[in-house]
Amino acid sequence: MKILIMGCGRVGARLASLLDEDGHEVTILDNDTYSFRRLPPSFDGTALFGNGTDEEALKKAGIEDTDVFIAVTQGDNRNVMACQIAKHIFKVPRVVCRIYDPLREEMYSALGLETISPTKVFAQLLREKIEG
Amino acid sequence: MYIIVIGGGRLGYYLLKALLNEGHEVLVLEKDARICKTITDELGSVCFRGDGCEAATLAEVGTGRADMFIAVTGDDEDNLVACQVAKHKHNVPRTIARLRNPKNAILFKKLGVDVTVSSTDLIIEAIEREVPTHPVTQLLTLDEKGLVIVDVKIRPESTTVGKAVKDLTLPKDSKLALIIPNEGSAHVPVAHTILQAGDQIIAITPPESKEALRAALSGK
Repeated sequence: MKILIMGCGRVGARLASLLDEDGHEVTILDNDTYSFRRLPPSFDGTALFGNGTDEEALKKAGIEDTDVFIAVTQGDNRNVMACQIAKHIFKVPRVVCRIYDPLREEMYSALGLETISPTKVFAQLLREKIEG
Repeated sequence: MYIIVIGGGRLGYYLLKALLNEGHEVLVLEKDARICKTITDELGSVCFRGDGCEAATLAEVGTGRADMFIAVTGDDEDNLVACQVAKHKHNVPRTIARLRNPKNAILFKKLGVDVTVSSTDLIIEAIEREVPTHPVTQLLTLDEKGLVIVDVKIRPESTTVGKAVKDLTLPKDSKLALIIPNEGSAHVPVAHTILQAGDQIIAITPPESKEALRAALSGK
């Protein structure tokens, strides 16, 4: 699969290298090239400098023929906007959006985005650990 | 009218003042405590500290009864999300977003933001208007109709000088609205109106026909 990841933080970089190991064609986008230090030397995909909420930058990153778009920057709103561009402008078949704020996550999930709230998931995980 | 403004920066501040002067009930939402305090000290309790993208905060300030919701922070993504939360969670009838990147206008419209205002576009238009050699100046964008109002100057060397309006081949959907001659008063052009050097023509056109309209009016 062709996979485009926006945000090369800890999660983005790790996800990129995992997917790359699995043999997918991975491109990772970040608006700070310093973030690419997190990618392992073995990473075989493309690391691209650019702003994921900018249509031109997304085009350069090959969004027009990508199968999956994943937004994992630090900003909920940036992720939401980039994912909506991917879904509504470029019609990417699968779009996954990280949203820390659980309320915002519920709303965008209701609006049809595939969303994950790490806050919700992690709190639940901790609860199970402590109670279980 | 109850109007909520997101972002208490320079634009938000002056917008707040203008809307208060018009007698509206206005509330600014601002994240920064210092900015909030400055506004409150100066204008009274019209600023609420909080994140305008959070549904809970918006519920607290009674967004459900707001008639209008205007997001003017410096970040396009924040303005988009604030407007979407206001629209989908609180059913605000009219949402307006400020844009930094003019290209986002299409996306915002698609996602339910009622009106977008691009400060970048407005400043470019204003500057173009002041550049005397610029043959076509955009005066106003009628977003909802997909039309722009432009100002075209007829130069003395134009081959259309002396021609009648009916002999011009204007692009489809472009209409001449007004002619302001060098001397004398403005008049509405009719079929037999003759173009003269120095005429200033106000026309309405789809944005994509702007260049064709200029060519038709200047004769090249």
